[in-house]
Amino acid sequence: MKQKEYRMATAARTGLLFLKGVPGVAFGDRVAIRDQHGRKRNGQVILASDEVVMVQVFEGTADLSLEETWVRFLEEPFEMPLSPELLGRIFNGIGEPLDDRPPMISRLRRNVNGQPVNPVARAYPREFIQTGISAIDGLNSLVRGQKLPIFSGSGLPHNRLAAQIVRQSRLLGEESRFVVVFAAMGITYADARFFREDFESNGVLGNVVMFINLADDPPIERLILPRTALTVAEYLAFDLDLHVLVVLTDMTYYAEALREVATAKGDVPTRKGYPGYLYSDMAELYERAGRIRNRHGSVTMIPVVSMPSDDITHPIPDLTGYITEGQIVLSRELHNQGIYPPVNIPPSLSRLMKDGIGRDDTREDHPRVASQLYAAYARALEVRNLASIIGAEELPELDRKFLDFADGFEQRFLAQGADEDRSVIETLNLAWELLSLLPADVLTRVTEADLARYHAWDGRKKQEAVE
Amino acid sequence: MSEPGRILEINGPLVMVELAGVTNGEQVRVGELGLTGEVIGLEESRALIQVYEPTEMLRPGDSVTPLGHPFSVELGPGLLGNIFDGIQRPLAGLMEQGGERIPRGLEVPALDRDRRWRFTPEPGLEAGHEIVGGTVLGRVQESEALEHRILVPPHLHGELLELMPAGEYRLEEPIARLRQPLGGIRELRLYHRWPVRQPRPYRARDDSVLPLLTGQRILDTFFPLLKGGKGAIPGPFGAGKTMLQQQIARWANADVVIYVGCGERGNELVDILESFPKLTDPHSGRPLMERTLLVANTSNMPVVAREASIYVGVTLAEYYRDQGFDVVMVADSTSRWAEALREVAGRLGQMPVEEGYPAYLGSRLAAFYERAGRVRTLGGDLGSVSLIGAVSPPGGDFSEPVTNHTKDIIQTFWALSKALADARHYPAISWSESFSDAVEEAARWWHREVDGRWAERRGQALALLAQAEELQRIINLVGAEALSPAQRWSVEMARTLREGLLQQSALDPVDAYCAPRKQFLLLDLMMRVHEEGLELIGMGAPFSVLAELPLMGQLRRAKSQYGNEQLDQLASLGERFRDQLAQVRERYREQKG
Repeated sequence: MKQKEYRMATAARTGLLFLKGVPGVAFGDRVAIRDQHGRKRNGQVILASDEVVMVQVFEGTADLSLEETWVRFLEEPFEMPLSPELLGRIFNGIGEPLDDRPPMISRLRRNVNGQPVNPVARAYPREFIQTGISAIDGLNSLVRGQKLPIFSGSGLPHNRLAAQIVRQSRLLGEESRFVVVFAAMGITYADARFFREDFESNGVLGNVVMFINLADDPPIERLILPRTALTVAEYLAFDLDLHVLVVLTDMTYYAEALREVATAKGDVPTRKGYPGYLYSDMAELYERAGRIRNRHGSVTMIPVVSMPSDDITHPIPDLTGYITEGQIVLSRELHNQGIYPPVNIPPSLSRLMKDGIGRDDTREDHPRVASQLYAAYARALEVRNLASIIGAEELPELDRKFLDFADGFEQRFLAQGADEDRSVIETLNLAWELLSLLPADVLTRVTEADLARYHAWDGRKKQEAVE
Repeated sequence: MSEPGRILEINGPLVMVELAGVTNGEQVRVGELGLTGEVIGLEESRALIQVYEPTEMLRPGDSVTPLGHPFSVELGPGLLGNIFDGIQRPLAGLMEQGGERIPRGLEVPALDRDRRWRFTPEPGLEAGHEIVGGTVLGRVQESEALEHRILVPPHLHGELLELMPAGEYRLEEPIARLRQPLGGIRELRLYHRWPVRQPRPYRARDDSVLPLLTGQRILDTFFPLLKGGKGAIPGPFGAGKTMLQQQIARWANADVVIYVGCGERGNELVDILESFPKLTDPHSGRPLMERTLLVANTSNMPVVAREASIYVGVTLAEYYRDQGFDVVMVADSTSRWAEALREVAGRLGQMPVEEGYPAYLGSRLAAFYERAGRVRTLGGDLGSVSLIGAVSPPGGDFSEPVTNHTKDIIQTFWALSKALADARHYPAISWSESFSDAVEEAARWWHREVDGRWAERRGQALALLAQAEELQRIINLVGAEALSPAQRWSVEMARTLREGLLQQSALDPVDAYCAPRKQFLLLDLMMRVHEEGLELIGMGAPFSVLAELPLMGQLRRAKSQYGNEQLDQLASLGERFRDQLAQVRERYREQKG
């Protein structure tokens, strides 16, 4: 049957091909399709019965002729060949080379859908990653094996931030850098080139595996691309013991492709036309991040999610936030003020931060300083609202101090250069410098001992006393 | 048992099979791998089956074998301390046999067949006695913290023919024999099975009430839940649902805690698995894991098993209730369960009503929550199941169907607020949107056990918070200067209440668990300072003098300064405050004079 080709297509629309009267086809089977021009396409069975078989075609069904479409069922699930040679290569969504080099050949092949990790086999992520970015290290720390998305909007510098994270990330006290799996779904040529040049100019291209599907490539390919990329990431992490950073950009285009196919299949639409299984489907991807007990490597994931109309309640960021371990939210307002990275602090969060920071990981006061910065900034924003109504001059002195704090926080703590790599100790010292703008008795999230040690921090003088 | 059937169609987790003579709810094995499935619909000679494992590479023509019984769980010693998947397979056992990733078609019994348990027969029970479902046959020490009672399965009764003597038994070894009224003889073992979708019977509902204490001030003092009660925690992502549920699982005064991770993150379960064995139960002094049982269907595990996991959890809860224990089950998150329901309904082509959910969403939710309650068991003991469900409303919008239906059913509603979470006010429970129907019942306990002024103080504090919220609106428009000194004092004290009482850090070892007595002392202290401050302001003391008193900072820090064993010191803090306030009083009395 493997070599048998069928010419029994009865319908083709929006990436779906229907065949009638092919018996015994397996659900999830990989399909090779030959069109009237002899070109090859790839597909996968998404509904199987003796009467009708539905095939999802990754290259799309545009200009397929029903009479001259030949379909072969390969009797195997979608698999990706795996070997150390992957590093430095560029592929499309189904693992075919885009870099003019020969296709991957390896005896080791794995089903791109992966298999769920047994929760008992997981190790809890707790190793602090220093990204060199204060808004992340100080307030939303990333740990190895975490999935921490960037929620952004059109025109905001999420790519620059993602590239900076990739470039600067390292573990304190360890030389080993991350290898990168870069999965681009539906992004523009310019954005793809930006990443490629960034990797190239930093000389890390040999440690990167890229999977590229551009805005003008077939959308359905976006459904399999992250699966292929994550299969590679898991292999690098758990077979080759490497620490892998996966950038998935942009998950919004992925979800839109899913909606496109769901609509064509006739699935019941839920919010904004997305299918009810959007959550489970995205979870299958996001949950592939993590660490496994007794394995050295790890998969850390930075998905980029652009929020349609900057709406954080849109189903894509919303469901993502329910699955990922926090989120870094970018703010148009800060961006317009020229602050980079424009991280909107109140809605940003890292759920795994609590176990990755503190005495043994960064510095003893870190958890309390983070909490205090959040609380002080929240109050300062309230005061700023008030000042915009009644004017800053009318405010009591304490409130004016909060205003100064807010300005300093945004312009000195949040803002930094796209190449500026701050150590977490520098970040914490800077935090105290700013908290010292406020009187000690409003700083209720830190202890008396913290205050004695760090309050009225002037940046340099106490440095020796602390170290 | 019927003949094997043949697959006609595979559509994701749903499989249509040519299979006659099965019943709805019956369990089946699908394909060569023997994947676990359940019949969810019948049409002439065809059965619709939902498969609990991925269906990849199944094909039309593959065989399907019915098992002749509904989807059920194993109930017996060895459940506690374990972690099961959504269809009660032990995850540790799966790992032993199948490795780090969950393989398909692997069958591992829920309870360890090789382990021997020390069984002690119930004194006074002997051959010849009439026994009924729920009768305690004997006991097994399941963990240091819990003595497991071996029950006659519900629905069985008859004459006890033989009860084995004390000794070590494996699960499959009979410990008693029973002659049923129609003459059949049944061997009883340390465990039995029960279908998950059928609530376990009890003798009667019990109306006596006790609060479920969690050591969380905003819950116990402000929005109490009763033992046997139903509570919901709705909140947008990042508002702290999971943290709060874990706090409840850690500190609740229950004998058994069942934590169902339904469609949530794998790492959260790892967190529990790693941290609970190190934490001690404040009530028994034993490691928390000894009273805890986890059911895990993480978000990347097959979606239909997610639907089952909630029922597995509640059936296990009822089983411990039937032994006379107080059980708390937390389900995180019921929204994922509802979504699993929706996904299957969608694939079945059922008419969607609201946001794609089927019309029976409300009745399914209600039926699930009705399995909570405090009951007189078949054996005559008192036991309870408290159900606490997290709800994850899309976009944090509480008007969506799952939140809405849940709100109608439950007793206590702990509404999480994004605004509070953004300001890192944890637990981010909104005092204006939350409610509890159990305050009066809880008050009886508080008044008896803690202090007769509890209800009064609670009411005053809520009123102060509400008043301050009103005043805050004025401040936001025209600034604080526009308020009277008394009003500014109220705003200041409301802030103190929020920071010093409502906020509670799960990460602070002193503050994570707050004993009821400490809860009341803090509340009373704050309300007393508020009252006396108002009085002083009435005497002419300026607001700023009061606001700058050292006691204000001390009041906010008291929660983490004084542990549950240092309540005398906390009480004497009140004396010191009285001195500070008395000095102000002296000054203004003189000025007045």
